[in-house]
Amino acid sequence: MKEIKKSWKNIPIGGNILEAGNSKNYITGTWRTFIPRLDKEKCVNCFQCWMFCPDNSISIVENKMVGFDYDHCKGCGMCVSVCPTKAITMEKEEK
Amino acid sequence: MAAKYIPLTGAESAAYAMKQINPDVLAAYPITPQTPIVMKFSEYVANGEVDTVSITVESEHSAMSATVGAAAAGARAMTATAANGLALMWEIVYIAASTRLPIVMGIVNRALSGPINIHGDHSDTMGARDAGWIQVYSENNQEVYDNYFMALRIAENEDVLLPVMVCQDGFITSHSVENVMPAPDQVVKEFIGKKKFKGLLTAEKPFTIGPLDLQDYYFEHKKQQHEAMKKVFPVIEAIQKEFAEKFGRKYDVIEEYRTEDADIVIMGMSSVMGTVKEVIDAAREKGIKVGAVKPRFFRPFPGEYLKKILSKFKAVGILDRSDSFGSLPPLFTETAAVFYTSSTKPLVKSYIHGLGGRDTTVKLLEKVVTDLQKLSETGEGNFTSEYLGVRE
Repeated sequence: MKEIKKSWKNIPIGGNILEAGNSKNYITGTWRTFIPRLDKEKCVNCFQCWMFCPDNSISIVENKMVGFDYDHCKGCGMCVSVCPTKAITMEKEEK
Repeated sequence: MAAKYIPLTGAESAAYAMKQINPDVLAAYPITPQTPIVMKFSEYVANGEVDTVSITVESEHSAMSATVGAAAAGARAMTATAANGLALMWEIVYIAASTRLPIVMGIVNRALSGPINIHGDHSDTMGARDAGWIQVYSENNQEVYDNYFMALRIAENEDVLLPVMVCQDGFITSHSVENVMPAPDQVVKEFIGKKKFKGLLTAEKPFTIGPLDLQDYYFEHKKQQHEAMKKVFPVIEAIQKEFAEKFGRKYDVIEEYRTEDADIVIMGMSSVMGTVKEVIDAAREKGIKVGAVKPRFFRPFPGEYLKKILSKFKAVGILDRSDSFGSLPPLFTETAAVFYTSSTKPLVKSYIHGLGGRDTTVKLLEKVVTDLQKLSETGEGNFTSEYLGVRE
């Protein structure tokens, strides 16, 4: 998760970002205080969390909710509030 | 080159230069005393004498925004303004520089209110001195015309990529007719060349301009701007040299006038220096060893040049056409700071003159010469500042 910060000598001028779709390289997961946890037993794969997650951090594999993209999840808890089966809970993240 | 003078006002000189530059985009809003620049240029657009897309906007904030957008997309984009117009585009003025867009903006210096005043002083651009723009000040109409081409080359230089303000004094220069010698279109075309594109904004090669830039990288980008400014003077020197070869007129970063054996000098920027030169000629007739020093650039500040030049003299009178209320005026303070570590330094006196377009007359400047003679002999009045010619 650690990002290597570059010197002023080797970054584009003016804050320009030269490649597209690079927001995935910006690790916002470090902002998190509370972390979401999934109880797969309770999950019914309704994807409400996927629809509401403001950071596209719900991981879906083969039509199954499998967990979270912790590199980008900011721990807002939106998924918890929309989950109809209480399959997601928030816990204090130890760093 | 067929040498032929034509009578032009300072504003028309600017418009004529812009016509020959033939920028891709011009976005501007009228404001006195800049209006005749864009008025004349609009005529060129209407007559089909330029290929420029002229964007009429609803304010200077929009004028600079459109110019920034066009420049960011890869166009050669220009605008022009004055005083309150510059103030209204303030936010985008900083964005243009920090986004590193080589925009050339014509400035007709005017007192920034209030009380409201439409005449010439430098309070507008002196307020913008930390915006990250290069600033060049023009003494007369010919210099206005010439500075536009040099400004464009400086801005677009790959080591620089910073915007430039080409300043001339409101009314005194902008509305006065002088003989100007324009260069043939072909000479201009060869000198300015085509703008080098890093790449237009296209779907094939998308990139982001002006993103959010927080604690992790903003500081590095400011350092880049800081370092880019340091590279400007070598670029200016090379371009001035090339300009002299192509146009036959030679400019230096600092113009010296009759300084060879001078004991005292008057230093200042823009139109007042024409009057200063006349006063010096008259004083020389009387045997007074006085000269003039005219920095053409204020940003970047030519400190190293001034240190070298001014250390030769006993006393220097520094004319500022703006005040920095609660401090000493900008040209004076920055010049004085250059000598902090020097053992050889001139005595200095600051004069705030010509605010709101008040004439700085021969008589007032003769008093400056007398003052400086006294200062050089007695040291009296060193490092003081006065309002030149104000009614007491």
